[in-house]
Amino acid sequence: MAKITVDGIIYEVNPQNNLLQECLSHGLDLPYFCWHPCMGSVGACRQCAVKQYRNADDKTGVVVMSCMTPASDGAIISIEDPQAVKMRSNVIESLMISHPHDCPVCEEGGECHLQDMTQMSGHNYRRYDFKKVTHRNQNLGPFINHEMNRCIACYRCVRYYDDYAGGTDLAALGSHHHVYFGRQEEGTLENEFSGNLVEVCPTGVFTDKTFSEHYTRKWDLQTAPSICTGCGAGCNTTPGERYGTLRRIVNRYHHDLNGYFLCDRGRFGYGYNSSDRRITEASIVSVHDDEKGVRKTLTTHDAQRQFDAMTAGDVVGIGSPRASLESNLALRARVGVKNFYAGFSAEQQQCSQAVIAINREQGLHCPDIRTLEQADCVLVVNEDLTNTSPRFALALRQAVRNRASQLAADARIPLWQDAAVRELAQNELSPLFILSPQGTRLDDVATDTFLGTTASQIGLLGEIAAAIAGSGSGLAQQIATALLNAKHPSIVSGISAGSVELIQATANVARALRQRRPDLAAVDICFALPEDNTMGLALLMEEGGGTLEQALQRLASGNADAAIVLENDLTLRATPDAIDAAISGTPTLVVIDQIHNAFNVRARLLLPCTSFAEQNGTLVNYEGRAQSSHQVFPADAALRPGYEWLTPIDPLSSALTTSETILYHSAQTLPAFAGAEKLLPARTGIAALMKSPRQSHRYSGRTAMSANLNVHEKKQTTDRESAMSFSMEGLPLQKDASLLSAAWAPAWNSNQAISKFQDEINGELKQGCKGAHLLQRSLPPQSPVSVSTNNTSNVYFIDHIFGGDELSAMAPAIAARSVGAYLCVGEAEAKRLGLQQHGRAQISSGSYSAELPVLIRQRIAPGAIGIYCGGEINRHAFANGVSISAVAEDGNVLARSHQMFDELVINDSVNHRAMGRG
Amino acid sequence: MTRAPFDIGQYRAAGGYASVEKMLKTMAPGDVLDLVKNSGLKGRGGAGFPTGLKWSFVPMGENAPKTKYLVVNADEMEPGTFKDRLLMEGDPHLLLEGMMIAAYTIQANTAYIFLRGEYLRAEKLLKNAIAEAHSKGLLGRNIQGSGFDLEIILHTSAGRYICGEETALLNALEGKRANPRAKPPFPQVSGLWGKPTIVNNVETLCNLPGIVNYGIEWYKGLGLGADAGTKLCGVSGRVKNPGCWELPLGTPIRELLEDKAGGMCDGYELRAFLPGGGSTDFLLPQHLDLTLDYDVIGKAGSRLATGTMIVLDDQTCPVGMVGNLMKFFSHESCGWCTPCRDGLPWIDEIFQRFEKGGGLESDMQVLTDHLEYLGPGRTFCALAPGAMAPLGSALRHFRDDFHDHIHGGGCPWQR
Repeated sequence: MAKITVDGIIYEVNPQNNLLQECLSHGLDLPYFCWHPCMGSVGACRQCAVKQYRNADDKTGVVVMSCMTPASDGAIISIEDPQAVKMRSNVIESLMISHPHDCPVCEEGGECHLQDMTQMSGHNYRRYDFKKVTHRNQNLGPFINHEMNRCIACYRCVRYYDDYAGGTDLAALGSHHHVYFGRQEEGTLENEFSGNLVEVCPTGVFTDKTFSEHYTRKWDLQTAPSICTGCGAGCNTTPGERYGTLRRIVNRYHHDLNGYFLCDRGRFGYGYNSSDRRITEASIVSVHDDEKGVRKTLTTHDAQRQFDAMTAGDVVGIGSPRASLESNLALRARVGVKNFYAGFSAEQQQCSQAVIAINREQGLHCPDIRTLEQADCVLVVNEDLTNTSPRFALALRQAVRNRASQLAADARIPLWQDAAVRELAQNELSPLFILSPQGTRLDDVATDTFLGTTASQIGLLGEIAAAIAGSGSGLAQQIATALLNAKHPSIVSGISAGSVELIQATANVARALRQRRPDLAAVDICFALPEDNTMGLALLMEEGGGTLEQALQRLASGNADAAIVLENDLTLRATPDAIDAAISGTPTLVVIDQIHNAFNVRARLLLPCTSFAEQNGTLVNYEGRAQSSHQVFPADAALRPGYEWLTPIDPLSSALTTSETILYHSAQTLPAFAGAEKLLPARTGIAALMKSPRQSHRYSGRTAMSANLNVHEKKQTTDRESAMSFSMEGLPLQKDASLLSAAWAPAWNSNQAISKFQDEINGELKQGCKGAHLLQRSLPPQSPVSVSTNNTSNVYFIDHIFGGDELSAMAPAIAARSVGAYLCVGEAEAKRLGLQQHGRAQISSGSYSAELPVLIRQRIAPGAIGIYCGGEINRHAFANGVSISAVAEDGNVLARSHQMFDELVINDSVNHRAMGRG
Repeated sequence: MTRAPFDIGQYRAAGGYASVEKMLKTMAPGDVLDLVKNSGLKGRGGAGFPTGLKWSFVPMGENAPKTKYLVVNADEMEPGTFKDRLLMEGDPHLLLEGMMIAAYTIQANTAYIFLRGEYLRAEKLLKNAIAEAHSKGLLGRNIQGSGFDLEIILHTSAGRYICGEETALLNALEGKRANPRAKPPFPQVSGLWGKPTIVNNVETLCNLPGIVNYGIEWYKGLGLGADAGTKLCGVSGRVKNPGCWELPLGTPIRELLEDKAGGMCDGYELRAFLPGGGSTDFLLPQHLDLTLDYDVIGKAGSRLATGTMIVLDDQTCPVGMVGNLMKFFSHESCGWCTPCRDGLPWIDEIFQRFEKGGGLESDMQVLTDHLEYLGPGRTFCALAPGAMAPLGSALRHFRDDFHDHIHGGGCPWQR
């Protein structure tokens, strides 16, 4: 620790940091633009000027940029010095000379860092009386608005998009005061993390286009801490609501997981909440003769009565990896353990179980996303992370830069000197090896990408493990050497391939490494999981219950009176034949779900349930970290959380009535969930008496909100479940981040206010809840196990970030970036089969067949056949291999699919990325 | 220069490349470094930083990075400056010879010449000279059996003034935006492609062969005052004989202006002059007896800089002259830091208004504010502080002319 003096007060600081970061860490208000907590300093905007003195005798001092000056021991600075104050006001004055001052119509208004900094720097009256510089805007696609006139040229956008996120289609163009931040030509921003521009831009140049559709000021949004439902990573989000509809999602800082950034699926995928495919009322298919087969609407009361009557007998309950833990627990409690079945496919269940066992194995460690960023050698196995667990991919883009950090440390260049570190390191990256059936979006920063089918990947993994143990050659030896030499090696895979063998072969590499690297406390290995609660359901299944296959067989054979299916499109989880047989064998099928899909249209009784934003719930991420997702706003009265349909709230009974009591009960009774009660907010002291508000202290129009319907002011909904209220009143969140959704601090209205809640910049949230780890390292270390490659097929299933997830695919903005099902083959395979680029092919497997457009790729494993299901194809029908034949060419079809593939952003050539600003 | 430049044969016949032969045979890199350090040679590009000291920051020895670069700053774009052009067009082999000495000293095996794009004649001559040197074994691998390798690559600039800033030059050379870099780290530690790099001006390098051939005492003896060696000095403006001359440092300015440049054209009086190019402060006729020394000019409140004087006569509008410079600097800002990017265009707008009429007294306050706001340390690089030099001195010396513009409805010289 070092000490610095700021305006006469002594602060303890970390001398590895710069003065700006340390001032902010200590809660001082010092304005800035180009600096960003996780992108370091470049000294462009000159806003953070302070006066620095050489020593106590120096009364003159010089104005320096605090972001570019190390917080060296003994440094004496002044923020309040008149020359520094004047400098900062001059900077803001010139930043504003061409700014349109259109705050009243700007969507950044009210959460604008530029507004905050202008206030803080004391610029009020305009002296510049010449013409402003104006720009033409670009259409950047369905996610992002572009309003260049607001730009203050802080360069954060390109530093984030190009340098941090690896984008290639946004650049600083032009020069002097005509510098322009946009694409070389108008078009959709391709990078999968483009949405963070909305939060990185300090003003309203890049704003959320989906939010524009139903815009509301930040202070008028009702918000609550939530968890992203896009995949199993567990990123923390803040959804915002107004007038009963979900308006947007922004990032919610989590130190260990998402940090400051989300992927575009997580940010823009919320649109399904207001989709017209949303199930908004309970309905039943009549069995009366006169109206047989007609679906009739039910009141909630009648629906509940029907539900209770229909499911009084011998009932099968099928859970869901995308339903909350509470809903799954409630279903389990209702039908009994012996009637409770997993809601994922057999292969998913086996894979998840294998992952849990590995997550429990001593000597191994499941890294959080922040730890992944610190890895200095990474092996990615099979998983196309950019498309399945995108936040991991963004983390790995940072991990490859650890080589740069090392070089900078050797050259004594501080890590916060962002441009200098990138310049020094150039293209030198930490080793990243990828094993994949096809080229991935991370290949540009990979040392090598091995293109192989599941079988050949398993083969290579075996060779790597052997090479680690001592005998190897070629690529396997190269990878082994890199893993052996790394300080923090990490292995990342997932369950997309649906192959337990691949998972075991991957774990074998970690096991081999553990044996050779006793210096490591544990070897980092993690598996991306597809759905927000895949891990939660897998853990629940450890406490008893059957597989989906067993459930479907039982139903098909008529051994149940009814089935309750919770939030699940089973057509995605088993073959069409198995599903058909089960449905026809089920006298009464009850489905609880949010969105109409191919499965629940066949339900006799369909019960509408709330979405993640309309309910409280616990979700368990890939690490086994349980996190609370809070209800953002009261849902329409017809909608209920799954657990509420399953366990009707009885005001007189105290047992199993709310999400909190369900969780508490399971934590007490089910070993797999021991410790989950830590998630429940403390109810001591003042918190026992007051709830935390979901509405900001500036929330406007509450009493008039529904005056167009009824002038009587409606009573605010009472939240009887959680520690939060649907109100502006309650326990203020200042300095306590345990229920923090939208960060705000005096003078800090933008998301940059988060620094006021961190114990230091980029640190933990003060009193924040990071979740409860449910998995303990309880299993002894395993030796590498033998793995067979007999069961693997040459068919692999392609994932896409946009459209690849059941719910977000329904969001209009996501749909605009999605493509339909297609077949992907290599050139040799296409030639052999007579397939034409963007032509059509017939695929068949047993009694199943489908006709798909064809994508011929350069970078695909020899002999591999890729299928993207796109919500149109049942993957289980074709998993065991397909036969392919060309379909006669048709010009119109060719043109249509050509257009479709234009939307697809893939890497089909390896252009190793030149780091740094191009 | 009227004669054609020497080809390699003529150049060697006249004693060219003798320094390289001497150096490779008899001197270790450290010897050359000491020699240059002790010679007192200061950079001729404008900043006047001691060359040997600059070189001494390059990591040397076993543990030093293997790849290092020498880069010649031949992007001569300072307004009023045309001295490097003269050297490259008149004696291209002299530059190559100097480069070999510098590259050998820091043990760089690749050297780049970053040449102003408009210098087409220099480009042709340098290309030819490099090929000649190659053919005579003065470039390439194992030069003259010394074990030292050197390749020289000529790069012509796409043309921005900011490329004369050494780190912006490096970015441009790498194919990136020509934005300057933060210092530290200095190029000597992390320069071109992140490797140790020395960037020297053309004229600086052209001093080296003489120093190696004739030694420190000889070189120091060339200067008349405190500074060692000679300097190319140019004069432009309404003088009888504008041009460029090599003069001993320490020569009185009056000698340059009146003897070499022939004095003011008939009917014109000297009003003021910028002693070292567009980004230096105005000096006045009373300063004519000062000598061309870095410190002497510095004490008078300006800079020797490139040593190329721009003369302002009594029948040219000083406000218009400064306005012209402001337009240039504004346009040449790279757009990276706020004061320069947004401050200079504002100043430019004000000067345009002075010219057309409509200037305000409050504009003077804006200009005065910008002097400090765009001053040294406030901006990312030296471009804007350089621009403030003529502006600040003009506001001091030509207050009445500004007053006439504001209160007389525009430029009095155009009424």
